[in-house]
Amino acid sequence: MSLLHLDNIVKRYDAHLAVDHVSFDIPKGVIFGMLGPNGAGKTSLIRIITTITKADAGTIRFDGEPLDSRHPEQIGYMPEERGLYKKMKVGEQLRYLARLKGLSAETTRKELRYWFDRFAIRDWSGKKIEELSKGMQQKIQFIATVIHRPKLLILDEPFSGLDPINARLIQDEIMQLNREGTTIIFSTHRMEQVEEMCEQIVLINKGRNILYGKVADIRQQFKENLFRISFAEALPAEWPLEPFPLPGVTVRAKDGPTLLVQVDPARDTNGLLQHFINSGRTIRSFQEILPAINDIFIRQVTGEAQPVSNPNQPSISA
Amino acid sequence: MNKLWLIIEREYMTRVKKKSFILTTLLSPLVFVAIMTVPVLLATLSEREEKSIAILDASGTIRPPADSNSHLHFTVIRDQHLDVLKMTYRDGGFEGILYVPPFPDTVRNLRVQYFSDGELSLSEADYMEGLVRNQAEDFKILAAGYQEAELARLKVRVDLEQKELTLAESGELLETDKRNSAQVATVIGFAAGFIVYIILLFYGTMIMRSVMEEKTNRIVEVMISSVRPFQLMLGKIIGVSGVGLTQMLIWVALTLALTTLAGTFLGVEAATGGPMSADPAPADQSAALFTMLTGQEWDYIIPLFLLYFLGGYFIYASLFAAVGSAMGDDLGESQSLTMVAMAPIILSIVMLGPVIEDPNGTLAVWFSIVPLSAPVIMPARLAFEPPLWEILLSLGLLSASSLFFIWLSGRIYRVGILLYGKKANLKEMSRWIFTKD
Repeated sequence: MSLLHLDNIVKRYDAHLAVDHVSFDIPKGVIFGMLGPNGAGKTSLIRIITTITKADAGTIRFDGEPLDSRHPEQIGYMPEERGLYKKMKVGEQLRYLARLKGLSAETTRKELRYWFDRFAIRDWSGKKIEELSKGMQQKIQFIATVIHRPKLLILDEPFSGLDPINARLIQDEIMQLNREGTTIIFSTHRMEQVEEMCEQIVLINKGRNILYGKVADIRQQFKENLFRISFAEALPAEWPLEPFPLPGVTVRAKDGPTLLVQVDPARDTNGLLQHFINSGRTIRSFQEILPAINDIFIRQVTGEAQPVSNPNQPSISA
Repeated sequence: MNKLWLIIEREYMTRVKKKSFILTTLLSPLVFVAIMTVPVLLATLSEREEKSIAILDASGTIRPPADSNSHLHFTVIRDQHLDVLKMTYRDGGFEGILYVPPFPDTVRNLRVQYFSDGELSLSEADYMEGLVRNQAEDFKILAAGYQEAELARLKVRVDLEQKELTLAESGELLETDKRNSAQVATVIGFAAGFIVYIILLFYGTMIMRSVMEEKTNRIVEVMISSVRPFQLMLGKIIGVSGVGLTQMLIWVALTLALTTLAGTFLGVEAATGGPMSADPAPADQSAALFTMLTGQEWDYIIPLFLLYFLGGYFIYASLFAAVGSAMGDDLGESQSLTMVAMAPIILSIVMLGPVIEDPNGTLAVWFSIVPLSAPVIMPARLAFEPPLWEILLSLGLLSASSLFFIWLSGRIYRVGILLYGKKANLKEMSRWIFTKD
């Protein structure tokens, strides 16, 4: 069942069409990546979902109901540009933001205790925000976003400015919340995180939805039937033979003991393996190369095919 | 509603707990009362000191006053030369020399001189002028053929009592004592106008800076994913108005308490209600001013003053909030926008002088009815007791326009706070009023 359903959303600022008939659906409990270059309309969409602004046209259903002003209490939103009241103390600040999300004083106290213990920051409560380091402030910001246990968590570049340790900590918390049933919209430019965390994505460009679906399906959809074969020993200089003796197979690259080949989708890859086995060389690995989301992103946004990645580049190892 | 209250509470508490707030709130009345009482106190203290003054009377007309209840004592000297006395007056125990030259019985303008190494207070100078004037007049009356015994009969003492006439509903004409004097009303008028002016500017810019801070801090995005922008703006305006009211109520209470205290201490209560003496002792004038200030109809002026402050506050606070929301991080480049919000209030303070000069003139009436200037001008007129219908009309217009400006600014604010890195101008801001959410 879907938690959020967008149907033909349009938002216009003066002459500029920021969101152009965007539709997609976010099932309950997924981590959903919202991707797109700067100025694509992601922030406009997020502001519409958080009811900060209204769409000019189209409908949104939240958990089956038409989205209205009661729903923000079930949404947690961490904008990319973060902010807290600098002069306020950590405890006061979190209590204030939690109460504004409709939590009772009692629940707020309980939740605050939970998060302070979880991050081991109980003694920060009386400190002013401006006295904290940037990383510490980010943690407070994260707590402020999730303290009311929202059904939907919208995170805009949640890891920017975080050191690797704190980034890992926040990432673990996000995964934990997701396991507990929170649906997460994750807006980022860091594609390796999208591949690592997101099950589904939507790609927005110039206000339009240009790609939408499960990460695995999309990578399948954009695959180029590339395979990497590694041998036990470096290949002799005359290898591979030109042209390749098997029909429908083209060698794309060669690097020491590794070959990158493209196989016509109509052909069976077993024939290729058979060919190498018959040649007497020892095969160590055989692997299909699926395109990285990063490559798909760039290709879709710039509208031109990118050169195939180097076989040894870690980003294309599936 | 509950959330609005949370915002009001935060905006109020964070400001009231600040050290700077506590200090200015507690110290200002002390300074104010000190400014009022210290001159009286000084005058009283210094003038209690007895002074002996030589009158070198070359005219032969001056007699030392018989019943001097003043601290000034006079000795008339006739057989000395002025230049000699200038050298020796200190040895004779005199503070100074009042030289009265010979004059004919036709004199209209008599110039006398006072020589001393010290200074005279204004009231002391007044007193000596009065003394010589009286005696010179006596001299002229005697010269006109009247007898000495007739002098007292010829003198007239005049006291001016002000009575206010009002027509009761029964048709009966009522008379009440009016202790007001134009002088006191002028002082109160200027003070009231300036206080409103300063406080409106102070709290207005406070709101503006606070809005800008939230915007540049980006906290505003977090906030408006929980509450409506209008709630945030309204909560801030109401919360800060509470701060202003708290401050003023403490000021009023402290000032009243301190004034009463100072009054008792100075013993000026004795003069309360009495008309100013025709033959005033030197310290009396400032003491009388003091007494009249404490004798004002504060129970009528203060509540109205607070109402005008609140009305003006809501108008200017919302204007400043709108301006703050449209600004970028750079204060400098948005100076012109700030000026737009400040222009009407500055115009009002410029009009303050002319208005008080003619407190019931056309100018005064118009400026106290137009809502943008009424908060400064009407409080300045209150001590002159403007007609009730003018007060009601201007209060009505003021409250209606407060609501209008809050609405208007809310429209601008909701668009402004979400726009970054864009320089907004007036034309653009006025378009925001009509854009959809």
